[in-house]
Amino acid sequence: MTRRAADTLLIVIVLLIAWQALHHLVGETALPAPAPTLAYLVRLVPTSRFAENAAATATSFAFALILAYGIGLAIGAWMGAHRLSGAVGEPILVALYSLPKITLYPMVLLIFGLGISGKVAFGALHGVLPVALLTMAAIRNISPVHLKSARVMKLNRWQTILTVLFPATLPEIVAGLRIGFTVTLLGVLLAEMFASKQGLGFLIINAMSLLQSEEMMTIAVLLFAFAALANALLLWMEHRLHRRV
Amino acid sequence: MTRAGWLRLAVIAAAIAVLELACRAGLIDRRVMVSPSEMATALIGILASGTINGDIARTLGVVAAAVALSITLGFALGLLIHALPRLREALDPFFATYYAVPIFIFYPVLIAIFGLSLVPILLIGVATAIVAMIIATLNGLDRVPRVLTKIARVHRMGRLATAIRLQLPAAAPHLFTGVKLSVSYGFIAVIAAEFILAPAGLGRDIADAYADFNNRRMYALMLFVLLIATVVNMALHAWDLRWGERRGRGPP
Repeated sequence: MTRRAADTLLIVIVLLIAWQALHHLVGETALPAPAPTLAYLVRLVPTSRFAENAAATATSFAFALILAYGIGLAIGAWMGAHRLSGAVGEPILVALYSLPKITLYPMVLLIFGLGISGKVAFGALHGVLPVALLTMAAIRNISPVHLKSARVMKLNRWQTILTVLFPATLPEIVAGLRIGFTVTLLGVLLAEMFASKQGLGFLIINAMSLLQSEEMMTIAVLLFAFAALANALLLWMEHRLHRRV
Repeated sequence: MTRAGWLRLAVIAAAIAVLELACRAGLIDRRVMVSPSEMATALIGILASGTINGDIARTLGVVAAAVALSITLGFALGLLIHALPRLREALDPFFATYYAVPIFIFYPVLIAIFGLSLVPILLIGVATAIVAMIIATLNGLDRVPRVLTKIARVHRMGRLATAIRLQLPAAAPHLFTGVKLSVSYGFIAVIAAEFILAPAGLGRDIADAYADFNNRRMYALMLFVLLIATVVNMALHAWDLRWGERRGRGPP
């Protein structure tokens, strides 16, 4: 193991000790210790209750992600290729990106209803913005040399898109997809926390009102681990693509 | 204003006008959305009545406190981590992952620990905002020219004097990026926390109005929160641009 990895492991251990210490400080009912949380996780995951709620979250998240990626890439491609649209639209998207979008959730609920479509719409609403912004930046940042070479080689429009534009913009687009993944997940979870009777976000809020801190902490840690792993995977892809270009 | 600026204004005005017409013509049901003009009149009425003054003060107070804590602590931690390269290397994977995990799911855990009060809201605000400030501080310090640190050594400046009189101004543009992100993240986390579960505050008011089917009030309050957030973010953005021009950096 490298020294660096050992240092990182050391910090994980320090965090676990801090968790244990906080547990002793605030008591069993407020925060369970790491070991019982892990034991609870092993018991919770095989249950059908967990499977149903995890599946509900996964379905909403998958649909939201497809929408966010599709719409985000389309808007980003359009605003990246058409300069004036980009100049007009970018500040609007940036302003929307930094707003507390949770305030819009009641409106989403009134339009799409309390079922899965509301959750999907709210998740997609979060994800569209970073995907669009980073795709736009990726297209704008293409080096003019690439485009000139394509012209010199007399590539037609589709050949240019497939063999020049797509590979050149891919690393940055993947960065947008990575951030879009994270915020879409957050959007879906927020939606489940506020007004839903299904999903992992609902389980957390439900566990809190029933004072089941073990379940609350377990699901929080699980989601945490899932997001961290997915991010690491996408980050790894991004680095590989960057090195290739 | 540039051509794009005018066009942008026109696009926004047109969007509002279309919404207004669609609402008045009955294309959009009143149970779904009230017209923008009605939102504005309702908001003026609510503000004039003074009934939400307490909630405004509470929410903005928590946001301000969370942001102030995040900026000062984040800068101090950034300085500390920057001075310890080995710690920084070990922490790098955490910084790269931090905003990829939904930190907000720990808000219920904070409520279980600290009870339903201002403390969990403040903490979730700080937890969301502080890391942006730490990362911005590290980025800024990385870009302080080495010659400046040498000057500090030549003048035998202490750690604190070097930090405040030399590193702080030199890293300022990057620090300001951190401030901007902290404000925006702090706002988002505090409003979301109030919205999900809180004894009071603007986020809670919106959730209550939704539960009461009081669309007029709900949309008025939504408009208010979004207006405040937009004005604050845009003011910071404008300040950043002006500052950048003065330093000869040009707009980004």
